[in-house]
Amino acid sequence: MMGRAGICKDGVIAEIEKKITEAFEVFDRDGNENVDVREIGSIVRSLGCFPTEAELHELLAKVEEEEPTGYVHLEKFLPVMTKILLDRSYRPIPEDVLLHAFEALDEKKSGYITKEELVKHMTEEGEPFTEEEMEEMLSSALDPETNAVHYRDYISMMIVDETDDLPQ
Amino acid sequence: MECTISTMGCNASADYSKHKYNETAIKATVLIQRWYRCKRAQLEVRRRYSLTIFESIEYADEQEQTQLSNFFTFMLEHRVHRGEVAHTSSGSHVSPDADSYVIEYEKIDVPDSYRGPRLSFPLNIAHAKALLNALKNRQLLHPRYVLQLLHETRRLLKEKPNITHVSVSYFKEITICGDLHGNLDDLLLVFHKNGLPSEINPYVFNGDFVDRGKNSMEILIILFVFLLIYPNDFHLNRGNHEDYILNMKYGFTKEVLKKYKVHGMTILYHLRDIFSWLPLATLVNNKVLIVHGGISDTTDLDSLNLLERNKLKTLMKLPKLETDRKNQVKIQGIPLGYPELSQWSSHPELTEEERKQVLDILWSDPKKQHGCNLNRRRGAGCCFGPDTTEQLLKKYNLKMLIRSHEFKLNGYDLTHDGKVITIFSASNYYEEGSNRGAYIRMNPDLVPRFVQYQVCTSTGKRKNWERVKTIEQSALQTLQERIFVHKQKLMDTFAKYDCNNTGRISVSDWAAVMESVLQLKLPWRTLKSRLVKTDPDGNVDYMSCFYYMDTARPMHQVQPTLVETLCKYRKDLQVIFNIIDEDESGLISPDEFRKTWKIFSSYLGIHSHDEAIDKLAQSIDYNKDGYIDFSEFLEAFHVVRKLENKAA
Repeated sequence: MMGRAGICKDGVIAEIEKKITEAFEVFDRDGNENVDVREIGSIVRSLGCFPTEAELHELLAKVEEEEPTGYVHLEKFLPVMTKILLDRSYRPIPEDVLLHAFEALDEKKSGYITKEELVKHMTEEGEPFTEEEMEEMLSSALDPETNAVHYRDYISMMIVDETDDLPQ
Repeated sequence: MECTISTMGCNASADYSKHKYNETAIKATVLIQRWYRCKRAQLEVRRRYSLTIFESIEYADEQEQTQLSNFFTFMLEHRVHRGEVAHTSSGSHVSPDADSYVIEYEKIDVPDSYRGPRLSFPLNIAHAKALLNALKNRQLLHPRYVLQLLHETRRLLKEKPNITHVSVSYFKEITICGDLHGNLDDLLLVFHKNGLPSEINPYVFNGDFVDRGKNSMEILIILFVFLLIYPNDFHLNRGNHEDYILNMKYGFTKEVLKKYKVHGMTILYHLRDIFSWLPLATLVNNKVLIVHGGISDTTDLDSLNLLERNKLKTLMKLPKLETDRKNQVKIQGIPLGYPELSQWSSHPELTEEERKQVLDILWSDPKKQHGCNLNRRRGAGCCFGPDTTEQLLKKYNLKMLIRSHEFKLNGYDLTHDGKVITIFSASNYYEEGSNRGAYIRMNPDLVPRFVQYQVCTSTGKRKNWERVKTIEQSALQTLQERIFVHKQKLMDTFAKYDCNNTGRISVSDWAAVMESVLQLKLPWRTLKSRLVKTDPDGNVDYMSCFYYMDTARPMHQVQPTLVETLCKYRKDLQVIFNIIDEDESGLISPDEFRKTWKIFSSYLGIHSHDEAIDKLAQSIDYNKDGYIDFSEFLEAFHVVRKLENKAA
């Protein structure tokens, strides 16, 4: 049997659906095709999408049951997620855009943001972090000696972490 | 953007730029938050699938282990039995029961140079504390004391019924712990958090004390010591790993033989018996049933109470011995060159029904759907649904079931509407940072309170993503080992999909092959980038997953299938070596090697020519002194050594 990848549109969709199902199953502990609604965010992000919290809530509204059971069924999730992947919604953030974002918070253009400043922004503005999220970010971003986040270094470190794949 | 701040007065420009800054800042903040949350989620997913890899392989392994273990068990039993015969022939008549052990431990001298803890019986809390201290500092308890401890433990356990009844009062809350699997640090942490066992601080340990972790022996020593000091307030349940056949595969046998080079076999022999004397269940206030695995729709507590539990040395089915007309002993049709075996008597067994009763409570897992079916994932026990639970609780007027047996991310889990609790006490089970452990505290209300914990290593607080990376690398390595072991079959199956010999197949086909050959349900598409190379047009270069595996060079020319099989059973190498080394000299002669290896490979259905085996023996004997010692034996399996060094 010969295997050819994506020679027709159906093939592409089938592949996408399989990928979504796989990601879903990682969180589906009992194998009965539903996951806790709180895990949907992780599933969507594991498929390479970068939605905001607001966008995630919108998505949830589409996949939740009429009577919220706390669970999301694969059969509801699959078509919604397939469309998202086909439309290429919620694209990842390029490195330079991320860098500009950090620079925007660095008023003095000193190359770093102090711990206090960062905490203030992240926990009080935009879509605020929880205490746990803030602590976690600081644990890898903060330079304990200067008590600041040197964002260029931080970004490079986080990007490198992604490329653990086999050399292509 | 048009500014409309002209009405605001003389500070207009400053306010405008501040306003603009705020807007930009907020946009930037949202972007960073969005990015960070995604990174965090992706990290969590990587951790999850790493754990999925570990779990799948663990359960798949459990199914496979019977074949080889049967063979090894048989060989090991023969060795131990011969040893026992040798002991008894040297002295006066000894009946094959409890008293024969007395001679053994008394014969062992403890030298003055021994700086470890010295036990005297009856034990008291001072001994226990000294012991805890010593074991914490990785000191080894002298084999004489180990054997004496085992002797006393066996005597005590024999008196206990199959189901222990415990009562809880307001002055006496009870603590219930689950699987420890050789994690000494977790046991010490529990004692630290919850206090040492005493008459007012009773404990129940729900099985699986040994295997996988590095300090199973130490855990047993501690548990047995407290059992002897507080026999009415310290309770142990048998787990499915309190079984000498599983111990051969999952590391406990190896640990004992390594730590106790001279007396290891004797210790294992006694433990085999002691495990079978462990009670099967504990009942708290006649309302809470504690068993290691679970239940089935045929579970009958009365039957469980009556059967002779010590007759089940192992829950696994042993191979049948056949004797042919020439009085040659055969195992599964293959003759074994050990004539003295015909005198070996098999152990009296329980009925099939009784064996099933015990199997079910030690091996079963709960499931969400109704019904009760065979546990295919594990190859033993059942999967029981909420209706089965309801049925049992009603039958015996019980409130809930507490069990262990399954890995839990947070150390515990509730299911069947809160009526079934899983308690798992081994933190960092698969890898540092993989999970928390937990224990239960219960008072007469019988409402469980959960306490979670996680052992932190001395390397200090690691960053979350570093921990996840460690777990992930470890999981992928485990997976790659498995891929290597199935290399031949994988290559053959890939070839079927790649008719034109292009070396490429579609992602879909690749995932299908991996899943069917390895028999693992994993997120292959997600893992793909970590395992193989993919072309720009999306096709998988399926051979690329083999490039990154180091193979044993001298061995590879001998026979690829043999090498792969050896790799598969590399964890058992210590055991294999001890079996081959009949006179316990620490050396294997080429003859011993050839003889045993022939049996080994024919048992596994691999065709090995004499020439190949001779070549193998020659290539292993590096210093060419005509004998193979254990380090040469290990050295030969280059892959093994690499992996063992990693684990150490």
